Amino acid sequence: MKKRLFLPLAFFVVLAAVLGVGLSLNPREVSSPFIGRPAPAFSLPQLQDPALRLGAGELKGQVWMLNVWASWCAPCREEHPLLVSLAREQAVPIIGLNYKDDPRNAQEWLLRLGDPYKVCVIDRDGRAGIDYGVYGVPETFVIDRAGIVRFKHVGPLTQEVWTREVQPLLQQLRG
Amino acid sequence: MLPELGHFALIVALFVALALATLPIIGAARNSRAWMALARPAAQAHFVFVAIAFAALMTSFANNDFSLVNVAANSNSELPLAYRIAATWGSHEGSMLLWVFMLAGWTVAVSLFSSRSPLAMVARVLGVMGFINAGFLLFILFTSTPFARLLPPALDGRDLNPLLQDPGMVMHPPLLYMGYVGFAVAFAFAVAALLSGRFDAAWARWSRPWTTAAWMFLTLGIALGSWWAYYELGWGGWWFWDPVENASFMPWLAGTALIHSLVVAEKRGAFKAWTVLLAIAAFSLSLMGTFLVRSGVLTSVHAFATDPARGAFMLSFLGIVVGGSLALFGWRAASVGFAGSFDRFSRETLLLGNNVLLAAATGAVMLGTLYPLALDALGLGKISVGAPYFETVFVPLMAPLVLLMGAAPLARWKSASLADVAARLKWPALASAAAALLLPWLAGRFSVGVALGLFLAAWVFASTAVLLLQRSRGGAGQLARASRSFWGMVLAHVGIGIFIVGVTMVRGYETERDVKMGLGDHVDVAGYRFTFRGVQEATGPNYVAVRGDLEVRPVAGGASLTMTPEKRLYKEQQMPMTEAAIDAGLTRDLYVSLGEPLDEKTWTVRVYHKPFIDWIWGGAFVMALGGLLALTDRRYRVAVRRERETSLPPLREAAA
Repeated sequence: MKKRLFLPLAFFVVLAAVLGVGLSLNPREVSSPFIGRPAPAFSLPQLQDPALRLGAGELKGQVWMLNVWASWCAPCREEHPLLVSLAREQAVPIIGLNYKDDPRNAQEWLLRLGDPYKVCVIDRDGRAGIDYGVYGVPETFVIDRAGIVRFKHVGPLTQEVWTREVQPLLQQLRG
Repeated sequence: MLPELGHFALIVALFVALALATLPIIGAARNSRAWMALARPAAQAHFVFVAIAFAALMTSFANNDFSLVNVAANSNSELPLAYRIAATWGSHEGSMLLWVFMLAGWTVAVSLFSSRSPLAMVARVLGVMGFINAGFLLFILFTSTPFARLLPPALDGRDLNPLLQDPGMVMHPPLLYMGYVGFAVAFAFAVAALLSGRFDAAWARWSRPWTTAAWMFLTLGIALGSWWAYYELGWGGWWFWDPVENASFMPWLAGTALIHSLVVAEKRGAFKAWTVLLAIAAFSLSLMGTFLVRSGVLTSVHAFATDPARGAFMLSFLGIVVGGSLALFGWRAASVGFAGSFDRFSRETLLLGNNVLLAAATGAVMLGTLYPLALDALGLGKISVGAPYFETVFVPLMAPLVLLMGAAPLARWKSASLADVAARLKWPALASAAAALLLPWLAGRFSVGVALGLFLAAWVFASTAVLLLQRSRGGAGQLARASRSFWGMVLAHVGIGIFIVGVTMVRGYETERDVKMGLGDHVDVAGYRFTFRGVQEATGPNYVAVRGDLEVRPVAGGASLTMTPEKRLYKEQQMPMTEAAIDAGLTRDLYVSLGEPLDEKTWTVRVYHKPFIDWIWGGAFVMALGGLLALTDRRYRVAVRRERETSLPPLREAAA
């Protein structure tokens, strides 16, 4: 009887330990093990036409941006207008990775809010997302001509992050 | 000068809080009246000093004192006065000060409205609250002071985040914090009960109004946040299972369970240790929510700028408060006792079901919120959890809860007859089934989800009607004599029903159209014709805007109305904002927001028809109203007045 009463405390101790470790991990500026490494390969069906596939290898030779998103993800809406305007300015080719989503919802979403993606691929079971170490949607990666991951941003991409970090990086990678 | 005064007042408040956290509790342990009697004046002095600090910061905002880092970063001379005042809690530092101000407010309220409680109990409760106050004051003074100076002063400020420049957002944080912080009172009562080993019906009766008050504020705060997201974020959703929303929802679920278990504890003397645990849990979850938002361990649209020192401090404080109280619980709960006996079928068992389901729901939300973090911390990879998980888990837990809600008020305490309750509920069940089958059919499209939702809503209304009929069997006067607690319960339950109607109808029947519109184009949505009449330039105090102009007319004929959605660009932060135009109604909202311009004359326009969506917030408001009604129950007031009458000298009473 008596020992059972300490169960809530034991539960909390575990929880606090997890939170403590979580504190040392910064979800936003992940000095991700992926940076400086080759971008994990994928070959996935395209959202607009699932019969077609796109592999990460086909993008070699150009600097591109991978944006992980889902129609159920609220913060994705926040960054979406920025992506649309980047696509309009043709600032960088953006490849979408539609993460754990219903393709119909995803298509409807793009139809409604505008489609900034050069190509968007479907990652229905989140496999590619795991390879890329996706913590939470949205996430954005910049990959260079040699296929090396150069930058990762967790959470909605903002104008500030774009002008302060991504744009200079793109110039440098292209220069 | 004023900011320094505020800063100094905070330091004084810290020392008063430290005294409050120690002396009265030691006094209660040693049975020293003099030391216990310090509790009330200390609580009151503490409040005065925190209020001075808060007023100092607010005045600095109102006077555009850009020599303060906080003001320069979160306000602007062109910002209207109301928003300059609201900007006081627009930043991390300011909102923590608001948090402490409210905690001090609850503390002083306990000191004022506790005249009928034994002095030792008051001393312990206020002591525990003093401890929490001291913790937060240390946090502010060491990691987040809002009074830091900027040298040289800025010429003008960087402006308040445009997302926060909105009447809903002015009130959302104060209401939410009132709720969060209010659970500190229930927590303090629980810890006091563990310290003293005294846990009886009187204890539960003292705790109840405080818990209900906190719950009422939290309900309003969450609802207001949801409403704000709906009209301000421009995409018509009302709940996103965002980690920060979950952080406010978990204490709400635990608090709802607490309200119900307190009833059993007061009336039947059962669930004692469990009630204490729930009281600890409700406040612990509030604290954890604050930690999650402030430390940056989770990413969210709400997250504040992160600073590792803050996270470490908060976690240590969390460890001391929650860990300490749970250790105390493990050590002392046996002395509180588990007394109370009841049959297998009774109101107690039904309320136990309520508590189990609400606790499970809290656990489910917590799991979904923390699971990605836990896996990451264990190095097992990174995942994300979204709305699909929460909806799958949540609905199966809430549906039986709503069924129980209809049955519990009809069942007797201690021992009820299953046959009797079932007989009373036969008609509500039949009526709800009929409503579930007929109404979707009338609405034009049948779906299982809508049928289930409408069944549950109808069940709430019908079983409440049966309850009222049963109560009025001795004549309508019987009903008029029912206590305000009873009416509060009825109202809160009806509020749940209203809420369910809103959620069900919006999910089942909303129409969302995104269309390209040029001058004179029209689109028909749910029986309304929306005609685009172009856009105009408009200017506000600190923004420029493009204002769309749409004429809306029922296709069947009738009066037309004009809707003017805006796209604003806030000058200082260069941040574009969508200001949706909403025509709200009892049975539907028309929602128009401007998308992107495609060329000079064509825009994408979002046109939504949201049936019954206002019932979602209406339901929450009715729930909160139920809480308010229960708070004003005679039992609490009479006791207070009786106490006052005996304590006031007759002469002064005559003069008044």
